[in-house]
Amino acid sequence: MTHLSLRGLTKLYPGADKPAIDNLNIEVESGSLVALLGPSGCGKTTTMKMIAGLLKPSGGDILFDDTSILQIPPEKRGAVMVFQNYLLFPYMTVAQNVGYGLKMRKTDQATIDRRVDEMLELVKLPGMGARKPKELSGGQQQRIALARALIVNPNLLLLDEPLSNLDAHLRFEMRDLIREIQKSMGITTIFVTHDQEEAAVLADRIALILNGTLQQYDTPMALYHQPTSREIAQFFGGVNFLQGRQDGGVFTCDLGQFDVPRANGPGDGVLTIRPEDITIAEADGPNTVSGTVASHIYVGTHSRLKVRVGEAMFDVIADASAIQTYGDGQPIRLAFPPQKLWVLPPGGTE
Amino acid sequence: MGHPIRRAAFYFTVGVISLILVAPVIAFMINAFAFRWFYPQLIPQEWSLQAWERLGLIPRAGERSVSGFIDLWMSVPDVVSALWLSLAIGVTVTGLSVIIGLPAARALGLYKFRGKRIVEFMIITPTILPPIAFSLGLNINFIRWDLALQDMGIPIDLAGSVIGVSIVHLVPVMPYVVLTLSGVFANYNPDFEAQARSLGARPLRIFWDVTLPSILPGLFVAALFAFLVSWSQYLLTFLIGQGRVVTLPMLLFSAAGTGNNAMIAALSLVFIAPAILILLVTSRYLSGESSAVGGFGRV
Repeated sequence: MTHLSLRGLTKLYPGADKPAIDNLNIEVESGSLVALLGPSGCGKTTTMKMIAGLLKPSGGDILFDDTSILQIPPEKRGAVMVFQNYLLFPYMTVAQNVGYGLKMRKTDQATIDRRVDEMLELVKLPGMGARKPKELSGGQQQRIALARALIVNPNLLLLDEPLSNLDAHLRFEMRDLIREIQKSMGITTIFVTHDQEEAAVLADRIALILNGTLQQYDTPMALYHQPTSREIAQFFGGVNFLQGRQDGGVFTCDLGQFDVPRANGPGDGVLTIRPEDITIAEADGPNTVSGTVASHIYVGTHSRLKVRVGEAMFDVIADASAIQTYGDGQPIRLAFPPQKLWVLPPGGTE
Repeated sequence: MGHPIRRAAFYFTVGVISLILVAPVIAFMINAFAFRWFYPQLIPQEWSLQAWERLGLIPRAGERSVSGFIDLWMSVPDVVSALWLSLAIGVTVTGLSVIIGLPAARALGLYKFRGKRIVEFMIITPTILPPIAFSLGLNINFIRWDLALQDMGIPIDLAGSVIGVSIVHLVPVMPYVVLTLSGVFANYNPDFEAQARSLGARPLRIFWDVTLPSILPGLFVAALFAFLVSWSQYLLTFLIGQGRVVTLPMLLFSAAGTGNNAMIAALSLVFIAPAILILLVTSRYLSGESSAVGGFGRV
C-alpha cells in the first residue's frame, strides 16, 4: 500500500529539443489503479521507467508515501515493472523466473518454493513451474511475468501495455485477472496503455498524456463526458463539435439555441456531445435539430449514422434497428439530451 | 534437397571441401612418422618415432614406460616449455581481450552515437595494417618506456618479455573479439537487465544472472578467435619478444629452416592440435543454428 506522488516530473533526453515528459503532476491514491493513457511516443513509458528508477528524471520529484525516492536505487524501490514483451528469462524455468525476486531478497528456498506455488495458483497456472518460458503461450507468459512481479509484494506495480500483445479473447481474460488480483492484494498499480477503452475498463483514474503534457487526470467517466479540451474529447472518440457562445445555461450557435445545464460561466465555447448520447427524436422540441442522413453503416450491435444538419455533420450511434428506417438522404430529427451536452473552451482545430 | 542429383552434388561438394581441409593434416601425419622416405616411394616404407624423440616428446625406445614419459616431460624439453608459454600467453590474451572488448562491443552493438562508424573503423584497422608497420614502432616505444619505468624504479620490461608480447598480441586479437561480441549485443535486449533490476537484483548479480547467459555462446566464439589468433602469432612474438620469448610458432619457424620434414611435420601437429581440439569442443556454437557469429553480417 503506497501513495505515489509525481511532482513536476520532467524528462528531457539529451539532444532532444522538447521534453519527453513535461512537468507531470499526479497523485495516485494508495491501492488504486491508474492508467497512463496516450498515443505511442507521448512519454508514458518514460514516466513509468522514471518511477521504477530505470531512467533518471531531468527535473521534479517522485514520492512514495510523501518520501522522495529519487536517491533510492531501482533494485530497492520495490516498484516492479512488467514489460510489454514479458521478458521471462529464457534459460530459467517458470518457477525460477517467478521466484527470482525472492531469491534476490535472500529468502530461503523452502519459502520461495511455497510462494512460487501460491503465485502460480493466483495467476491460474498451477503446476507449470518446471516448464521453460518458450513452452508457454503468449498469454501464459504474460501471467507468469505478472506472478514474478507480484511475488515480492511490490510497493508499486508498473504494467507496460499489459494487454497489447494478446489476442482479443485473452485480453478480456487478462484484464479481469489484473483487476481481480489488484483489488484483492490492494497494490497501487500504474499501467500504460494507448487504448482508451482498456484504460476506461481497468482504471480508477486515467491520466491522459498528449505530447509529453498531462491533459486531464480524472475518472474514466469524467474523461468521456466532461473533457476539458477538444483534443481530449477527440482522443476519446468525440467527433461532434459546434462553435458558439454560451450564456446563462443557453448555448447559441448557427443551428439555434440549446439548453446546457452543465455549462460554466458565459463566453465563447464549443458544444460537444458523444455520438452514443444523441437520440433520434419523433417530434420537434427543445434541443432538437432536423437534418438528412448522409451515410449509414451497420455494425451488428448498433448502427452508425452520419447526419447533415445545415453546414454541420453529426456522428450518431443508434440502435441496430435504426438502419432499417433511415436510409441515405432520408430526413431525420436528432435530440440532444441537455444533461449529455458539454461545453468546451473555445479553440482547437476542426 | 530431395532430388537425388542435388543430393549427390551436395555430398560431392562437402567431400571435396573436407578433402581440401583435411589433406594437409594427413600429409603431416604421414611425414611425422616416416623414416627414410625416398623417391620413388609413394608412401614411406619405414616408420619411426625418431622425430618425436628428437623433439623430446616421446622417450627413447626402452624408456617408454609411464615413469619414462613423466621423467622426460618433467625435464621440460624446449617444445614442452614453448607449448606451455604459448598456452599461457593465449589464455592471458583471451582473458584481457574479453574484459576490454565486452564494454566496447556493448556500446557498439546497443547504442547509436556520433562517430560510431569511425570507432568501428578504428577497431578493424589492425586487420588492415601490416603487423610489421606497427610492431616496429611499438618495439621502439616499448624500449623507451622500459627505460622510463626503470628510472621510476619499476623493474618491468615490456620489450623482450612475456608481458610485452601478451600486450602486443591484443592488437590483432581485439578486432575479432569486439566485432564478434558487438554482433551478439546487436541482438541483445537490455530491458532484460532492467527487469532483473526492477525485481531487486544488483548490477553484478544482473551481469551474472542475465547478461552472461545471454551472451555466452558469442563469448565462446570470441574467446576462441582470441585464443587462436594469439596462438598463431609469429611476427609479433618475434619482434617484440626479441627472440627471448620462445612460443611454439618460434620453434616451428626455426625448425622449418632445417629441412627435416619429419620434425617439421611433428611440430606442426603439436601446433595445430589445440586448435582442432577447441574447434571440436565448441563446434556446436559455431553452427548456423546459433546466432553467435551473426555479427559478421553487420560489419
